[in-house]
Amino acid sequence: MSQEPNSPDTIIRYTAAVRTNHWIVAIGFVLAALSGMALFHPALFWLSELFGGGPWTRILHPYVGLVMVVAFLFLATTVWTDNRMQPRDWTWLKRWRDVVNNREEDLPEVGRYNGGQKLLFLLMVLCLAGLLLSGISIWRAYFGLYLSVGVIRVASALHALCALVLICGIIVHIYAAVWVKGSVHAMTRGTVTRGWAFKHHRAWLRETRHAGNSRPRPD
Amino acid sequence: MPLQSLDIVRRSATTLPSPSVREPAAGAVAKLIDTTKCIGCKACQVACMEWNDLRDEIGTNVGGYQIPHDLTDKSWTLMRFAEYENPKGDLEWLIRKDGCMHCQDPGCLKACPSPGAIVQYSNGIVDFMEENCIGCGYCVTGCPFDIPRISKRDHKAYKCTLCSDRVAVGLEPACIKACPTGALVFGTKEDMRGHAAERVADLKSRGFEHAGLYDPSGVGGTHVMYVLHHADQPQLYNGLPHNPQVSPVVRLWKGLSKPTALGIMALTALAGFFHFIRVGRNEVTDADEAAAARLDGAAPSPATPPSQEKRT
Repeated sequence: MSQEPNSPDTIIRYTAAVRTNHWIVAIGFVLAALSGMALFHPALFWLSELFGGGPWTRILHPYVGLVMVVAFLFLATTVWTDNRMQPRDWTWLKRWRDVVNNREEDLPEVGRYNGGQKLLFLLMVLCLAGLLLSGISIWRAYFGLYLSVGVIRVASALHALCALVLICGIIVHIYAAVWVKGSVHAMTRGTVTRGWAFKHHRAWLRETRHAGNSRPRPD
Repeated sequence: MPLQSLDIVRRSATTLPSPSVREPAAGAVAKLIDTTKCIGCKACQVACMEWNDLRDEIGTNVGGYQIPHDLTDKSWTLMRFAEYENPKGDLEWLIRKDGCMHCQDPGCLKACPSPGAIVQYSNGIVDFMEENCIGCGYCVTGCPFDIPRISKRDHKAYKCTLCSDRVAVGLEPACIKACPTGALVFGTKEDMRGHAAERVADLKSRGFEHAGLYDPSGVGGTHVMYVLHHADQPQLYNGLPHNPQVSPVVRLWKGLSKPTALGIMALTALAGFFHFIRVGRNEVTDADEAAAARLDGAAPSPATPPSQEKRT
């Protein structure tokens, strides 16, 4: 796959492989969330028409969820090390009032991901693990006979809870991408301007400068 | 509109009232199963098969009387046989006709996500409308009596209908018709409670001091009731639950959590919208670009080495 080199003005933030991976997860999430909400609240049952009716929604939802989880597993291994919390991330999070009001002067320098992104990543890992385990438990077509009804009841409630937290997390994720201009371009076309990196992820910008002559890994 | 139901008091996954002008003048119905009169002949099972045109697969004989071994999508009622040794050392053969209890507060209906797949008529019968069933099995999750079964063939849920088709035209359920000992009786719930009271008084006079009626209040009462010799120990009758109720977990999942979760999602989205209105987007300025260029050294040339993509 061709790798556009960094230009004087822009830096590659997400390679084509990572972008593809991200958008597979994203499409999986949207389909799983819509079909899941159709089964969660009667007021949203009409969403099942998008999937060909109630039975088809029931059939497709678990497979869509599995695709999302597997794709997320690849994405998570890619970004795992960059999402470990560091002391500066906690300082950044403590000054969340400055963050949400676009006052960045007093914030500590941010690495490849900021404290909010890291917390959200952790939340997604936990939610998807919960959704996977509880989802398998309530997948009646294949696993209905192996678990007691008590386990299935708890799994049903847990599945809805994890989905709620994940959906709210993704709403925040999507809004943050719109809010911080340039983020959507990073995840659609792969690059950010050096000014963007300086403003939002200065420590990462410094790291890329010190990375020397090493070339990006061919994907 | 012929064949239209005008007597639906509850409909699954539906928030507004269903057509319900028609009310049974005589009140709700009930089936009374007198386990003290049951001889275990299974005529009720056969009658159920015949009226509903169900032929379950032939099972295997494991040396017991209970055939089939469990309720299935094609066996909507089943005589469960329990051998109980009482404190006096005598054997009691406790036979219980199992099947849907037609709860006044049905856990299956509460759990069902598909509008109109489960309904409760004003006469108390809880009925599955298989054409609306999506096969998710939530009714099984919601039922306190482990009654609904999902067909492996069509992935729809099935259970006893209390012969709603017969009752609607003034007939008694098929199992009642077939019972040779009068262990099964059918009528208004009020009458059945009265009949049960006579039976219980008779049993008590004959030494069954714990005889009683099983009409559990945890599910709002049921439209299938039992007369038991040991009403203090219903679990003796093949695990009939002592105080059945819709699980608190199911009530939470299908009750408060539904509007709360939608509200939280809507508020999260609204918070984003108003943040945009009040604070606006966070945009990179020319000053940022200039500062980035300074950080990068004098004048970045096109030969600037590409950055290392960390762990991509």
